Amino acid sequence: MQLKHLAATFVAAMVYAGGAHAQTEILWWHSMGGALGEKVNELVTRFNASQKDYRVVAVYKGSYPESMTAAIAAFRAGSAPNILQVFEVGTATMMAAKGAIVPVTKVMADAREAFDPRAYLPSVAGYYTDLDGNMLSFPFNSSTVMFYVNKDAFKKAGLDPSHAPATWKEFGAAAARLKASGQECVYTTGWPSWMHIENFSAWHNVPIGTRQNGMGGLDTTFSINSPLHVRHLAMLGELAKKGEFTYAGRTNQAEAKFASGECAMLTSSAGAQATIRKAAKFDWSMNFIPYYDDVKGAPQNSIIGGASLWVMAGKKPAEYKGVAKFFAFLSQPEVQMDWHISTGYVPITLAAYELTRKSGFYERNPGADMPVRQLTLHPPTENSKGLRFGNFVQGREVIEEEMEAVFAGKKDAQTALDDAVKRGNEILRRFEAVNR
Amino acid sequence: MEKRTVFRSGWLPYALVAPQIAVTVVFFFWPAAQALWYSFLLQDAFGLSTRFAGLQNFAVLLHDVHYLRSFEVTAVFSLLVAAGGISAALLLAAMADRVVRGALVYRTLLIWPYAVAPAVAGVLWAFLFAPSIGIVTYVLKKAGIDWNWIIKGDQAMLLVVIASVWKQISYNFLFFLAGLQSIPKSLVEAAAIDGAGPARRFWTIVFPLLSPTAFFLLVVNVVYAFFDTFGVIDATTQGGPAGATQILVYKVYYDGVKAADLGGSSAQSVILMVIVTALTVVQFRFVEKRVQY
Amino acid sequence: MVENRPWLTLFSHVVLIAGVLTVAFPLYVTFVVSTLTLDQVPQVPMTLLPGRSLLQNYAQVLSAGSTRGSAAAVSTMLLNSFIVATAIAVGKIAISITASFAIVYFRFPLRRFFFWAIFVTLMLPVEVRIIPTFKVAADLGLLDSYVGLTLPLIASATATFLFRQFFLTIPEELAEAARIDGAGPLRFFRDVVLPLSSTTIAALFVIQFIYGWNQYLWPLLVTSRESMYTTVIGIKRMIVGGDATNEWPLIMATAVLAMLPPAAVVLLMQKWFVRGLVETEK
Repeated sequence: MQLKHLAATFVAAMVYAGGAHAQTEILWWHSMGGALGEKVNELVTRFNASQKDYRVVAVYKGSYPESMTAAIAAFRAGSAPNILQVFEVGTATMMAAKGAIVPVTKVMADAREAFDPRAYLPSVAGYYTDLDGNMLSFPFNSSTVMFYVNKDAFKKAGLDPSHAPATWKEFGAAAARLKASGQECVYTTGWPSWMHIENFSAWHNVPIGTRQNGMGGLDTTFSINSPLHVRHLAMLGELAKKGEFTYAGRTNQAEAKFASGECAMLTSSAGAQATIRKAAKFDWSMNFIPYYDDVKGAPQNSIIGGASLWVMAGKKPAEYKGVAKFFAFLSQPEVQMDWHISTGYVPITLAAYELTRKSGFYERNPGADMPVRQLTLHPPTENSKGLRFGNFVQGREVIEEEMEAVFAGKKDAQTALDDAVKRGNEILRRFEAVNR
Repeated sequence: MEKRTVFRSGWLPYALVAPQIAVTVVFFFWPAAQALWYSFLLQDAFGLSTRFAGLQNFAVLLHDVHYLRSFEVTAVFSLLVAAGGISAALLLAAMADRVVRGALVYRTLLIWPYAVAPAVAGVLWAFLFAPSIGIVTYVLKKAGIDWNWIIKGDQAMLLVVIASVWKQISYNFLFFLAGLQSIPKSLVEAAAIDGAGPARRFWTIVFPLLSPTAFFLLVVNVVYAFFDTFGVIDATTQGGPAGATQILVYKVYYDGVKAADLGGSSAQSVILMVIVTALTVVQFRFVEKRVQY
Repeated sequence: MVENRPWLTLFSHVVLIAGVLTVAFPLYVTFVVSTLTLDQVPQVPMTLLPGRSLLQNYAQVLSAGSTRGSAAAVSTMLLNSFIVATAIAVGKIAISITASFAIVYFRFPLRRFFFWAIFVTLMLPVEVRIIPTFKVAADLGLLDSYVGLTLPLIASATATFLFRQFFLTIPEELAEAARIDGAGPLRFFRDVVLPLSSTTIAALFVIQFIYGWNQYLWPLLVTSRESMYTTVIGIKRMIVGGDATNEWPLIMATAVLAMLPPAAVVLLMQKWFVRGLVETEK
């Protein structure tokens, strides 16, 4: 009897000791390089130190497209990671892959972690939520598009530096004055489609595509050749012809042009702040993007860009619990505030936004809360929650190709947008055919 | 192209060839066959729902005006890169062969780019030619040239051609130089004594003897221009503006790796494979005939 | 040079110098950028003279690693790149010299077929068939291993092609002499072909080493543990598109460091390299 008791204690001790050391590993593939990657590692270290059961291993797996390819290949070979960071244009692809992912709502519910979708900023969470209110992926790094002006250049042109153009009409007038004052490059933009088609539509509360910008079904078609869109693109084409708009490429190449003082006005991601702050030798301000004041319903709210975290299917149950705990950790207001302040990405929960406000950060850094304010200007409508188009990587490229033709003076805006719609719809139909 | 003296053995040649064939079958043919199979399928990125689509992927491609334009762009690009790389290298090698002083220095300095990874080379050139902060851009602007390859398709093509040729010059240069240095001096001297000038000597004696090298380099450069240049394009123009530098292999890479469209990408790979195979066969059949071993 | 033509010699030097400047210019700029501070980079025009931050930048990159987070990064990555490059070079040479020998010096059924089968691998680079290749590697359990990093990249025909060109130029008399002496093919290979090929082998070693060193997409896919990353992955990792600034001086410093080993290989083996190619033409 004593021996049995001893043996049982011994076994129990072994199990306990084994359990204490056996950490469940959670593999997270991300695309945050450079300083952002450092911050990711910091977050992960904090989480790992805060508890003993799980260990998150963050691996930089290349750029967004590369890590997605890697995950696809790994999934097909049965060795996918637990968490994958996917850019916002890949949302539809991930969503449609029902057997490959597990919705975040389900992961949190299964692990019995407290999770209230309403605690998240609506325009942030809305992008990644299905129509039934289930959050499919965890919004990790989101930004929105902002309008930057070079205040010194404004002064030189005789414009009021503290008043950035609020409407496109004012913008046109300011552009002409800047050009006349000798400014070589008046306006440039990063992410042309994100700014001038996608955010433009949301900001004016007009659809980008049918079926609630694709969120309602795979049979969506593009609506970006409406008179308003044509008017806007034609306006940009005119500015380009007059030399008041200098096209700088499809990603964020424009930011360097603004930061160096070459261009006086810029629309690009809120994340450009960090670059500009470091490099600009002039006075500048960050503002809401302009709108057409003769359009009813404008300005509405802008939509996000960035990436979210998806949970891959086919992993062990214990790992899902760890994922849930990690997401709960990431949602804590202090963690969110830290991430928001260090990176310039927006805080994803209202609590985090409040906490940051209370800490006086926005007073010390005027304008740092502009992105959130622009995103939450009004409760989102079905035109401004975001978008969900299949194969949108190719779709956006098509749109930008057509825009480039207009900027180069090769096509007029109506033809370009009609072509963009035609080619874009072909891509959507292929996606639909495959995922029906 | 055939040896007169050969060995005969039952099993030995197979044994010698086996390792390479084995690796080739496992890591090339098997995956390539699968890639080929994908071209007949319509599938989502994760392979969860697959439908047989017959030739639909091909039909879509061949009706796409932009894809057809890629053929033209690729032809122009490959021609410029192969011709540019080979002729520039030949000129440099011929000159390097002539000089006695500083030959080693020249040679050393000219082969550095070879050590640079294509991904990195693209970044370097994009940096130099960046529309606002690029040094070359600055110089061009001062010279009155409006350098803006982001909008002007021709300039974008020029940029990627230069970046691609740059990487290949070192490679071609080395091969040509080696070839030149192996030509018996006696032949050249004899021609000189007969009164042939340097240019005549080059074209009638040197160049024909250089032909095996030139042929090798032609094949390699064409393959390089068709395939290995997508890293450069990815780092600089990404096929833009408006498809001006959209070469076939870039579209394959883009659709497969960036857009996760495996069916379309595989169909394009098949077409590309057919083209390059045809080109290579042509080269071997017709050009090699004129090569003197 | 046969006769003395000073103008032509001068012309040659001019051409060569122009060539060197064009070719070396980007590398010089890389070096310059690696010695500047971050805010000096977007200045228009950027200075062409080396800045003062050389020691600073290189020390930071080497000591803190290319990620500025994991200290062992650069040295580990350099080691991985070195192992991968060497393994690929050795592996490719080994299997292609034997295969090429068989194809050139034997007559056997399927000979032409094997040649074309090997040769056709030039027609479809890894990037284009990468997902199925990955699956094969995964099925064979090769992920996150040196074997996985190297074996799939050995299936290529450049080396076989080059050896073929070289073998075709070996004089017939040598093979005949061997036959007359009663030497079998393996003796012929070991005693005649191999020594003759030594410089071609050296040349190929350089080419394949650099090929292996500069691989990006395949190592990225096949490795998940950062301890298996190669140097090129490290460099690309520092170049972030999107929302953050590129730390150009540090990136260029890492690029320079990453260029040094392959450049060293090329320069050190230059003599052999050129001689190896020379022998191809005999």
